[in-house]
Amino acid sequence: MTEVLTANRIPLENYAEVVGAGEIEELRALAKPLRGRSIEMINSTAVGGGVAEILNRLVPLAEELDLGIRWEVMQGAEEFFDVTKSFHNALHGEPYHRKPKDFEIFLSYNERNRASLRLDAEFVVIHDPQPAALVDARQAGLHHWVWRCHIDLSHPHRAVWDFLEKFVSRYDAAMFSSPEFSRQLSIPQYLFYPAIDPLSEKNCPVDPEFVEQVLHRYHVDPQRPILTQISRFDRLKDPVGVIRAYRIVKRYFDCQLVLAGGSASDDPEGALVLQDVLRAADEDPDIKILELPAWAPLEVNALQRASTIVVQKSLREGFGLTVSEALWKKKPVVASAVGGIPTQIIHKHTGLLAHSVEGTAYHIRFLLSHPEIAAKLGENGHEHVKENFLITQKLKRYLALFLLLDRHQ
Amino acid sequence: MNVAETPFDFVTASFLTRIGNQSAGTLAELLTGLEHCSDASIFHHTFQTLELHHFLTEGFSNDFAQWTLASANRNDLAEQLAVLDIRDYTSIAALRSDLCRVVGDFCGAYPQFASQSGLERFYFCESVEVTVSLGRSAHTLDEFREGVAHLSHAGFYHHFISSRLRLQLQTNDFSRWLSGSLGLHTLADSVNHIDVYTDTLDSARAKMLRLIDRERRKA
Repeated sequence: MTEVLTANRIPLENYAEVVGAGEIEELRALAKPLRGRSIEMINSTAVGGGVAEILNRLVPLAEELDLGIRWEVMQGAEEFFDVTKSFHNALHGEPYHRKPKDFEIFLSYNERNRASLRLDAEFVVIHDPQPAALVDARQAGLHHWVWRCHIDLSHPHRAVWDFLEKFVSRYDAAMFSSPEFSRQLSIPQYLFYPAIDPLSEKNCPVDPEFVEQVLHRYHVDPQRPILTQISRFDRLKDPVGVIRAYRIVKRYFDCQLVLAGGSASDDPEGALVLQDVLRAADEDPDIKILELPAWAPLEVNALQRASTIVVQKSLREGFGLTVSEALWKKKPVVASAVGGIPTQIIHKHTGLLAHSVEGTAYHIRFLLSHPEIAAKLGENGHEHVKENFLITQKLKRYLALFLLLDRHQ
Repeated sequence: MNVAETPFDFVTASFLTRIGNQSAGTLAELLTGLEHCSDASIFHHTFQTLELHHFLTEGFSNDFAQWTLASANRNDLAEQLAVLDIRDYTSIAALRSDLCRVVGDFCGAYPQFASQSGLERFYFCESVEVTVSLGRSAHTLDEFREGVAHLSHAGFYHHFISSRLRLQLQTNDFSRWLSGSLGLHTLADSVNHIDVYTDTLDSARAKMLRLIDRERRKA
């Protein structure tokens, strides 16, 4: 059994400055009937990835509300994670070449974890496909089991989904990040958005002097418009498409483009994409390609705050939380209408949705020509994130779900 | 000052969005969805959307109109759907009927657009409301004002907008209590006429507090 002890505790009261005292009072009221009740969150990694990041924030807040919450990580060897990686890709609709023992390996590691994990909480939340078969440990009629799926199941590989669905259908409910990601299931399905933490280093207010320092460090001119896309160097994030859009905009506006992502040095595919990006940039001095250290939240924060417009021109996307990060900073965002992005960008209200390179360029030009509209979109976007995509809202959804399950027992 | 026999109990509400099994990629499919979706789904995409997007005051009225505009790219139909004022309806059935009529008439007049695929699909959802008492109640107008002023958006939405469904779309929790328990019929009526379409939840609450303050000054 591996229980994760979370660090970076931020007192719940600190969030009152951001969301208002009424929201905190409401969280306390919703949590009151659940005080002391046991909750078990189970996923497959304690570090790296969005799920671990969210649980690191969520669990301490739930503890502060006197919920008996614990977070445990399932154990597996390389052969198990090879299988779950291939499942992950297959569920995203990529080709899957089943090896004879794939399903057997998946089931055997779930069985081993059933023996070592406690799985006795009143509310058990299983995250993603890796531990989905732990539901075999559930005793009929006892406790509540829910499955939180963070990935896009809109076009899954049939064989992999058919295999997993047998387990999923035995939960009390499933939660997805977007209606588009859900499946036709016999159990209730709920919308559960990922969330950002407004007090984390990536999103907290930063000193304008620090923003200036970061721009200076990366040779970005603060006097001219800055277009920014923050994402790893991945073909699905279409960095080359962003450069093409920038070149169209550049005919009309003397702007700069910042493409900032994690280092591609230990990612063979990322390194190839980075080469393509450098080739497409063709040594344009106004295109800044930044390989940030693996974890540089304050730099990301500063670059987003310094941006005139934030772009997220993904070809496919999970939820795309970088969009919420930018909206939280009141930035106008032009983004592709893929994955969870349309949930965050209500077209013409909280940002602009594009469907092509030319469309992206057109929307950027429009916003550069109409800064008052850009500002309004940023303001609306900030409110939209405040209502829907903050960690406090996520906690509230969990509380509501537990109360609902309890009342329907 | 009037003291009510039955206090107003403030609750907090949290809403879960339940994803339905219906979706639409064309206007014709939207019409089919509108005809067959649950009452809760019609409510979610018209009333609930006011809470989810309470900060938007211009050009956003309901999810059907927004999808028709942003995904199906039919400004004319979107406008017709947007101007349906949910306060005019006394039942979800009547609201559904008008939504179907507007979309159906458009599809009949422009069959070439009815089967055109939108940029994104529309997913029919429902709201599931979970309420918990805040442990705060009001017997007088002063206590009531204090409670309203400190409600969260979700709590205010629950009492002011979501309650309309329970009350056959005729009134809201606040107006019903002001009228029924304090006998303040004119104030109740004024509160009920605050425009939930053109106001944000914050501005609607501010108007309501001003109306209450005016009533308190009279007393």
